[in-house]
Amino acid sequence: MDLQMIWFFLWGLLWAIFFITDGFDLGIGTLYPFLGKTDTDKRIMINSLGPLWDGNEVWLITAGGVTFAAFPAVYAVMFSSLYSALMLILFALILRGVSFEFRSKIGNPGWRKVWDTTIFIGSFVPALLFGVAFANIFQGIPFDRQGVYHGTLFTLLNPYGLLGGLLFLLLFLQHGALWLTIRTEGALQERAHKTAAVLWLFLLVAAVLFLAASKYYTKLYDNYLAHPLLFLLPVTAVLALAATRLLLKKKSYMKAWLASALTIVACTFFGVAGLFPNLFPSSLNPEYSLTAYNASSSPMTLKIMLVVVSIFIPIVLIYQIWAYKLFSDKVTEEDLAYEEAY
Amino acid sequence: MDVVLLSRLQFAAATMFHFLFVPLTLGLAVMVAVMETKYVRSNEEIYLRMTKFWGKLFLINFALGVVTGITLEFQFGTNWSRYSAYVGDIFGSLLAIEATMAFFLESTLLGVWIFGWKKLSKKVHATIMWLVALAGNLSALWIIIANGWMQHPVGYTIRNGRAELDDFMAVVTNKFAILQLFHTIGAAFILSAFVVMGISAYHLLKKNRTDFFTRSFRIGLAFGVVATLFVAIEGDMHGVHVTETQPIKLAAMEAHWETTRQAPIHLFAIPDEQNGKNKVEIGSIPGLLSFLGYHDFNAEVRGLNSFPKEQRPPVLITFLAFRGMVGLGTYFVLIMIIAWIRRNRLLESPWLLKAMVFSIPLPYIAIELGWVLAEVGRQPWIVYGLMRTSDAVSPIVGPQVLTTLIGFILLYGLLGAVGFYLIYQHAVKGPKGEVN
Repeated sequence: MDLQMIWFFLWGLLWAIFFITDGFDLGIGTLYPFLGKTDTDKRIMINSLGPLWDGNEVWLITAGGVTFAAFPAVYAVMFSSLYSALMLILFALILRGVSFEFRSKIGNPGWRKVWDTTIFIGSFVPALLFGVAFANIFQGIPFDRQGVYHGTLFTLLNPYGLLGGLLFLLLFLQHGALWLTIRTEGALQERAHKTAAVLWLFLLVAAVLFLAASKYYTKLYDNYLAHPLLFLLPVTAVLALAATRLLLKKKSYMKAWLASALTIVACTFFGVAGLFPNLFPSSLNPEYSLTAYNASSSPMTLKIMLVVVSIFIPIVLIYQIWAYKLFSDKVTEEDLAYEEAY
Repeated sequence: MDVVLLSRLQFAAATMFHFLFVPLTLGLAVMVAVMETKYVRSNEEIYLRMTKFWGKLFLINFALGVVTGITLEFQFGTNWSRYSAYVGDIFGSLLAIEATMAFFLESTLLGVWIFGWKKLSKKVHATIMWLVALAGNLSALWIIIANGWMQHPVGYTIRNGRAELDDFMAVVTNKFAILQLFHTIGAAFILSAFVVMGISAYHLLKKNRTDFFTRSFRIGLAFGVVATLFVAIEGDMHGVHVTETQPIKLAAMEAHWETTRQAPIHLFAIPDEQNGKNKVEIGSIPGLLSFLGYHDFNAEVRGLNSFPKEQRPPVLITFLAFRGMVGLGTYFVLIMIIAWIRRNRLLESPWLLKAMVFSIPLPYIAIELGWVLAEVGRQPWIVYGLMRTSDAVSPIVGPQVLTTLIGFILLYGLLGAVGFYLIYQHAVKGPKGEVN
């Protein structure tokens, strides 16, 4: 393993952690208008992610920051190529974040309705577009030697891109529904349970379609054929998905959520391992592709940053896991009475 | 459509909006931590109410600061991709360190603080607030080291067609960045002090919960007195260092055109950038600029005309921003001293209380002018002396940037209106409970 390879997988890992943490927030935000029948339901849903969403979103900032630090050329070309999609994601995330805060401050039903809408939009748009963006990266982006993008936002909305968007959306929806089964009780919990079970079926279909479509739209399987051990990744994804369903049936909700998290990690790494060493492949000419080797920072920066993340990421994980344990109990109506609740 | 100008406007709008909310969180976090510590030590209900009242103000600001901060990081990639590719080796690592070392801690623990009142012991809960305050200021440190590098790049070599890191310690101990850091954090504490004192003064004028707001006022005052004096002294050191490292910015700050000894400061002037002179100069004090720049009334100060036109920043904006910032800073010192003298007779000093209420917007203006001075005064460079702003922009088209710029203005306009309305409403309503 050389430095660039380590960083390539760290890059994938940070995105995967973002997807399993903020993924359930985005899922709950999208399910929100459908599962939240009353204002109490809605408040319970928001408060189920209330203490955690902000820390979760920092994984996005870190994934972005690490792309900038370790692969500046990728950061530059990726974000300017995906300009419109990324800006839409950012605007949506801004709306979602302030909506939780704003909604809780005034009790007027009309006021709350406005922020209910923005919570949905602010969660649905990123959940879909992250998938669209990554699927497009898997199949290659039309940019030239100078890093100039030849396309529009609609170029990204091709069949494979949309399938990727759908897959991510379903992954996050199931992940969110499972989180609700952990933190809610009564009718809301039952609805979340049923929703997770139905979503699972759609997810299975989408995952199989995506794995098959990747054969035709991408070169991801080249690495798999060269290193057959890698097939363990998609196998893990499918097994974890199966385990999610069984654990849900046994009402082992926390375990089901963890299995769903493993599914997301395995799906992310299915793509990441297939991409290597490409980080941002060009569909115009493979020679223009940005790889872990031609787009990385200097060895000094890579080493310093490796020391930084080796110290701080484990520390972050320790206090985040502590926070998750602290807030994995049921959100009750009594909790909503506290003045701090959303 | 000019992509460079549009991208600059977009970045300026996003930064200045972000900076309406962040400074208050830096100072207020520490004040709330102090209040909560007083509660833990004394067990007096009033300090708990103070922690919750000012804490809520902190939270609304924090939410707006967080969501608007993300776009700043990503804009380097979306709109300034040539810059990102050229200096990412250094600049990118600083942003990544900020996220892993500081921002994670702040965001995660703040969630624990908000929802953890019943789950944690009082001591642990107060400790969490201290860590939140520490992490917020640690974030500022890394961000300003990054900005300090753009102002005065150190510790790099040009290799492989880009700026590569050569000496990490030099980047971290960059004197420019450290002076800028103290200046910014000091200013954030001044702003926080004015907000706490101003809101308290509003209620004291109405004789509303006088005990609660007198105590709050005094906590704000303690921070305010120290911070204003600190920034005044530190600002002087910063000025000397700017003279040394960014002589063109200094000349533009003072609309100083000809190289002279005993260079004057003009209280007011209207620069004529075409002809390289001032149209109007009012209240010139000879030798003062030489003294500020070199601590020597006789020192020679280079004028703008000794630099090629294409290396000069927009003089009028730089000049006015500096005037406004320093003028307001002087007022802050004076009113803090007056407030300190009257601290035990607040209720008998309605004129002071009124002045404090009306002063709330002033540190906001001063702190924004400070950023305008730092950033506009650095033009035409994005990295001083190393890379021009016009070479830094992404290969994207004007209409794309115009669309998002309009999007930013609409979205941020909405957030700003709602955010300030909620802040206003919370501030005017006052604390819950029966405490006097």
